[in-house]
Amino acid sequence: MEYKNVGQRDKRYDGLAHVTGKTRYVDDVVIPGMLAVKALRSPVTKGKVKKIDTAAAQKTAGLAAVITPQDVPANGFGPMGPEQPVLAQDIRFKGEPLAAVAAADEDTAMEAISRIKVDIEEEKGVMDPLEAMKPEAPKVRAEGNLFMFGDKPYREIISGNLEAGFKEADEIVEADYVESSYEHTALETQCSVAVPEANGKLTIYTVSQCPWFHIGPLCGVLKMPMSKVRFIGGTVGGGFGGKNDIHADHITALLALKTGKPVKWRWTREEELLFSTHRGAWHIHFKDGVKKNGRIVARQVRSIRDSGAYTSLNPYGVEIHCLVVNGPYHIPNVHIQGYLVYTNKPLSMSMRGFAINEANYATEVQMNRLASAINMDPWDIRFINAYRNGDKMPVGKVLDSVALIEVMQALAQKAGIALPAQCQTMTSAKREVQP
Amino acid sequence: MKKRGVGIAAGLYPTGLMGGGDPSQAIVKIKPDGSVDLIIGSTDIGQGCKTVFAQMAAEELGVSVAQVNVLNADTDAGPLCLGTFASRVTVISGNAVVAAAREARGILFESAAKSLEASPKDLVAAEGKIFVVGAPAKSVAIGEIAGKSPLIVGRGTYMPSPAAPDPNTGAWNAFHTLAWGAVLAEVEVDTETGEVDLLRLVCSYDAGKAINPMLVEGQIEGGAIMGQGQAMTEDWQPYYPSLDWQPTTLRDYLIPTTADIPNIETVIYECPSASGPYGAKGIGEITANVPTPAIASAICNAIGVWINEIPITPEKILRALEGKTQTS
Repeated sequence: MEYKNVGQRDKRYDGLAHVTGKTRYVDDVVIPGMLAVKALRSPVTKGKVKKIDTAAAQKTAGLAAVITPQDVPANGFGPMGPEQPVLAQDIRFKGEPLAAVAAADEDTAMEAISRIKVDIEEEKGVMDPLEAMKPEAPKVRAEGNLFMFGDKPYREIISGNLEAGFKEADEIVEADYVESSYEHTALETQCSVAVPEANGKLTIYTVSQCPWFHIGPLCGVLKMPMSKVRFIGGTVGGGFGGKNDIHADHITALLALKTGKPVKWRWTREEELLFSTHRGAWHIHFKDGVKKNGRIVARQVRSIRDSGAYTSLNPYGVEIHCLVVNGPYHIPNVHIQGYLVYTNKPLSMSMRGFAINEANYATEVQMNRLASAINMDPWDIRFINAYRNGDKMPVGKVLDSVALIEVMQALAQKAGIALPAQCQTMTSAKREVQP
Repeated sequence: MKKRGVGIAAGLYPTGLMGGGDPSQAIVKIKPDGSVDLIIGSTDIGQGCKTVFAQMAAEELGVSVAQVNVLNADTDAGPLCLGTFASRVTVISGNAVVAAAREARGILFESAAKSLEASPKDLVAAEGKIFVVGAPAKSVAIGEIAGKSPLIVGRGTYMPSPAAPDPNTGAWNAFHTLAWGAVLAEVEVDTETGEVDLLRLVCSYDAGKAINPMLVEGQIEGGAIMGQGQAMTEDWQPYYPSLDWQPTTLRDYLIPTTADIPNIETVIYECPSASGPYGAKGIGEITANVPTPAIASAICNAIGVWINEIPITPEKILRALEGKTQTS
C-alpha cells in the first residue's frame, strides 16, 4: 500500500517551539494574583501524627491558607481505590505530605511551613522487601505487607509440567538477579496550577500523562463532579511513567478552593528525586532446565517487587511481569510466581517498560548464562527458542505477527555480524528444533 | 588492562493495556477553508503523537499535514483517552483518529457527490479536493463543501475488546499485538578502575509500520540512552535497601549526557500488526528495555565474571574481579 503522509519523516508538530523555548509548559502559566504552594513533608519513615499546630504558621505575613487532613473532603486517592492519603496522619514513608500552605511567594510559603509544629509518635518501619515478607516484620499497612492477588499473596502462571521438564534437561541453571530502583528524571518536575473560576469551576493546568485517568480520583478527593473540574494539559516536559500518578494536582486544587485564588506548586529537583514515584526494586530468581541442543525445556521464576508504601497500579505491573518473564521464547514447562511487597518507602510505580523492563533484564542475562552453560553461541540459543507464529504464551495467548527472528537477522546484518549457519535460514513461520 | 566484550539481548512488548478495554476517542472537524481540527484526549509526552496523528488525518482526508491543527488533552473541550502509557497511543488513539477522519471524509463525500453528480463510492480525496475517480477534472475543494454544509464532524472511538481469562483453562488472550526487539552492545572495561566505555549499540525493533520513521528512531535512541543509565550509572538507592545517601541532585543521580552516549545504530523492521493503524505497533517502551541486558551482558563478557545486579558500577566490577582472583 502506497501512502502519501504515513511513513514520511515529517518534522515534529511542536518541535520548533520546543527547541526555541517557546512551548508553554505548566510552569510557564502565570496568572495575576497567583499564590505559591509548599508542603510539609514527614521527617520520619513511619509513625502517627498526634497533633498538628498551625497557629504560628497562620501568623506568617503573606500566608493565605494552611491545609491539614481535616481540610480534605475525601482524604484518599489511587487508580484502584482511595488508598493513598492526600495529607497523611498514618505516616508510611519519609517525605509523605502532612500539610500544605499557599502564600504570596515560595519563600513565604517555606517560612510558614517551618512554623508548623507536628507531634509525631515515631514507629519502626521496614525498608527491605525481603525482610518485609517475614511474618514478624513491622507492618507497613494494617492488612499486611503482601498484596493479595485474589486469595494468594502472589500472581501465578503455570503451563506444562515443570518437574517433567527439569527431568528432561541436560543442565539446570539457577541465578538470582537484583535490580535497583530508578528515577524517571524528566526535565520538567511535577508542577500544577489550579485556578478557581467565577462560576464555581476549577481549572487545573496539569503535567499528567493521563488527565482522564486522574480526573475521576481527583473528583473523588474534592467530592466534585467532572463537569466542575477541567484539566488542561497535553504538553509535558518528559513523563516516562513519572506522571501517571497524581503528585500535585490534588493539593493545588484544595488550596485554590480554600483561598479562592490561583495557586501554583512546582517541585524542586530534590523533591522530585526523593518523593515522586520511582521504578521499584526487584529480586528475581531463575531456575532453568536446558538441553544440550539449546532447547529450554523448563523455566521457574520467582519475582519480588518493592511497592513502597502504596499500591497504585503495581498489581498490574507484577501481573504483566509474570505474563512475559519467560521472555520472547517458547518454553513448554513454566512456573512463575510474582509477589508485591510493601515497604516504608515512597510509592514505586510505572517507568518506561513498567515491570516488563525488569523481566527483560533478568531473562536476557539468564539467556546468555544458559548459552555459556551449554557452550552455545548466544545467537543460536535465541534463534532456537524464539517465539514463532502460532506459538502459545504460558498465559494461553496464541501469537501472530511474530518477528523476533527477522528482527535479530536485521540486527546482525546492521552490526556486520555473520550469524551461525542455522540462524541465517530460520523464519518466524517454522520451528526447527523441537523440545 | 582494557578488555572488550560483546552482549546481545532480545525482547517483546505488548501494545496497550494487558486484557484490553482501554479506550481512546478522537474528533475531526473541518473548518470553512478546508483545514482540519483534530481533537484528541492523548497527552504528548515527547513521543510525538501530535505529529503522527496529523499524518494519519492528512492521509485519510487528502490534505497536507500543515492543514491539520491538533488540540489535545483538554477534558472540557476534547474527547477521552485513557492515558499515555503502555505504549498504546499511536495504535489505540491512532485507530480513533483514523476512524474520525474517515467518518468526516464520508460526510464530505456525501455532500460532494451531489455537486459532482457522482456516487460517493467513486470519490477520492487528495490535495485538499474531492475528485471523481478516473475523471480528475471533476473536483470540488473541501473548503467549498465545508463552508456551505452543516458542521462536518467525524467521530472515532477505539478500544481493544476487554478479554477475561477462560474460567476453565485460565487461558487469556491478554494482548492484541506484540512488538519485538534485539540489541547488540560492545564495551571496553578498564580492569584497573572498573570504568566502562560503551563503544557501540546496535538496536533493531519491529514497529509494525513506522508512521514516522524519524520519530521511531528518536524512541530507539532515547530508549538506548535510558538503558545505558539503567545498566551503568543510575541508582535511586545506592545503599539498597536503605535510603541512606540517596541522590538529591543531578550531580549524584547520573543520567547519561550527550558526552557519554555511544554510537547508536538503528534498524526498523516492519511486521504489520492486525490491530494497529496501517499495521503500526507500540515501540515507546520496548526501546528502553532491551539495551540494558545487552550492555550488562557485554560487561560480563568483557571481564569474564557474571554480575547479577544493575546498575553495574565501577565498584561492582572491581569487587567482582577481586572475587574472581581470590577463587581462581
